[in-house]
Amino acid sequence: MTWTVFLDTVLNNTLVFATPLILAALGGVISERAGVVNIALEGFMIMGAFGAAITAFYLGDEMGLGALGPWFGLIAAFLLGMLFAVPHAVASIHFRADQVVSGVAINFLAAGFSIFMVKILFEGSAQTKTIQNTFTKVQIPGLTDIPIIGKGILMSYPTTYIAVALVIFLYYLLYRTGFGLRLRAIGEHPHAAASVGISVYYYRYIAVLLAGGFAGIGGAGMSTAISNNFSHNTIAGQGFMALAAMIFGKWHPVGAMWAALFFGFANALAANGQVLGLTKYVPAEFLNMLPFVLTILALAGVVGKAVAPAADGRPYVKGQR
Amino acid sequence: MDDTNKLESVLVPLLSIALGLMVGAVMMLAMGYDPIAGYAALFQGIFGNAYNFGETLRAWAPLVFTGMAVAFAFRTGLFNIGVEGQFIIGSLTAAYVGAAWNLPPVLHALVAILAAMVAAGLWASIAGYLKARLQVHEVITTIMLNYIAMYTSNYLIRNYFIGHQENTPPIQPSASLEMPILSQVFDNARIHWGIFLAIVFAVLVYWLLFKTTKGYELRAVGFNPFASEYAGMNVQQNIVWSMAISGALAGVAGSGEVLGVYGYYSIQSGFSGIGFDGIAVALIGNNHPFGILLSALLFGGLSFGATSMQRLEDIPFEIIRVVIALIIFFVAANMFVKWLIGLFRRRKGQVSQQ
Repeated sequence: MTWTVFLDTVLNNTLVFATPLILAALGGVISERAGVVNIALEGFMIMGAFGAAITAFYLGDEMGLGALGPWFGLIAAFLLGMLFAVPHAVASIHFRADQVVSGVAINFLAAGFSIFMVKILFEGSAQTKTIQNTFTKVQIPGLTDIPIIGKGILMSYPTTYIAVALVIFLYYLLYRTGFGLRLRAIGEHPHAAASVGISVYYYRYIAVLLAGGFAGIGGAGMSTAISNNFSHNTIAGQGFMALAAMIFGKWHPVGAMWAALFFGFANALAANGQVLGLTKYVPAEFLNMLPFVLTILALAGVVGKAVAPAADGRPYVKGQR
Repeated sequence: MDDTNKLESVLVPLLSIALGLMVGAVMMLAMGYDPIAGYAALFQGIFGNAYNFGETLRAWAPLVFTGMAVAFAFRTGLFNIGVEGQFIIGSLTAAYVGAAWNLPPVLHALVAILAAMVAAGLWASIAGYLKARLQVHEVITTIMLNYIAMYTSNYLIRNYFIGHQENTPPIQPSASLEMPILSQVFDNARIHWGIFLAIVFAVLVYWLLFKTTKGYELRAVGFNPFASEYAGMNVQQNIVWSMAISGALAGVAGSGEVLGVYGYYSIQSGFSGIGFDGIAVALIGNNHPFGILLSALLFGGLSFGATSMQRLEDIPFEIIRVVIALIIFFVAANMFVKWLIGLFRRRKGQVSQQ
């Protein structure tokens, strides 16, 4: 294997694996910046992957919309992610629930509900039928021929471009608009924000619902770009990885993106370890656990202290202090 | 705690269970199933015959331990989502000691359980140490440690401890927790000594938490670390101890499954879920060892009985996972349930006034 092919493969797979993580991590960023902890990313991703898979299957394959199917899938995933964010938002914001426990419940709910529905829709099978019309990698004539960047970076799934666009969008929203300033203020000191007339509830609802939507799109990418069906294995812990990417990236959209790319890189090494001949030197299991070990090391301060928004996870009670 | 609060601590979980089952019934109706037939099948799956009830009890034992592991951490102010990983470490250790060591019967099993406790406790204390020393949030570290435990265990089994196919070698008969007499009573259900261990440990944990100075200290640190520090307690050390004890309890769950049910441990492609179910068990059981004995029975029953729902009524058993999720959700959002109780009380009050 030549070096250019090696780079092409690893770079391209890095983007493929990082895309769902970037999207879900962005969801985590917006939610926690507003002060609501979001362990539920995993559940939102599951619902997104499920929603996109069945939409792409029924609209794209069965009803003949063809290549439009996965695009409708993305919309369905966004909406379904938001829908499942509603109970988490209500519990966390209005009923002052333990946000971690509520998130855990959402994860259970999504895992159970999605497979329940799949079994009903697909005659008892625990996975959807294979989707024929999935996302394909973008081919830009001419650009694809550029060495390394062409095949490594530019030839990616549409979801990758969406992810990068959303990173820029969220960065702009959080740090360059009044809306973002108010949203971040609520995550740091809700009572101070409330005292100048900002509705804590309003911003927190928007943040949690958007988190559901973003993570939903992340899940959609899994079932309609990377694999071509949905089962209980489709997400399998990626929501937690995204959560780790968010922390690794210090609750910042761009930081989260770099962290997700880093995890994607580790995953690409693990997935292609055999092909690349890496497993001759490092056992596959070690490659697989690399992202998790790195997260712990990062949190333990090797990469510098990560500080959560001050009011992250704290319910807001009107009039209290 | 006054009487209303005490009543609520029982009412909230009970109402949450009822609400969860109700929403489950609505979902079944919406999908064209008969919820009464569904729940009847569930009931039959739990109590229908001796075998079913025996298997329900088998499913009960590990849930008591994982539930207590989560609850112990909770009581001391920590959220241990890493029970699943500690369960894996306990399972692997018990399989190793059970297969590779030679010891007389009974003692062998006890040593294997003890080894599992120590290993899983040490594993959990990594998260405790990181929390105590570096203020790393235990929720994230324990989630990460779950995956690291799984891959580590798979690596060790594949490279150093492989028996037949993807399994470790079988444990020696001397390390077995099987209980043939009781198994026969329950029509060969894989019921084992673990169910008695569960009761013994529930009493032990109750005693440790509520009757000893150490238990008081651990709970105090969980309740208010700053006040505890002011009162002269070593907060950091107590956090590490809490995680270690929590992990040790998870380790017993793993050892029971290996020594009592399967006789070996396997390379895992995913999580068993028993550790995560512990979170639900702890919450419904109000984080109290005796409450957990009951809530684990509910969850063991629901999980095992659900397979009968699918077999007899063709209702996908995941509906029960949904019900369990809803129960956790309602317990977490207990203000909602309390609001319902309040609504009911007020209405009753008005009626009696008239």
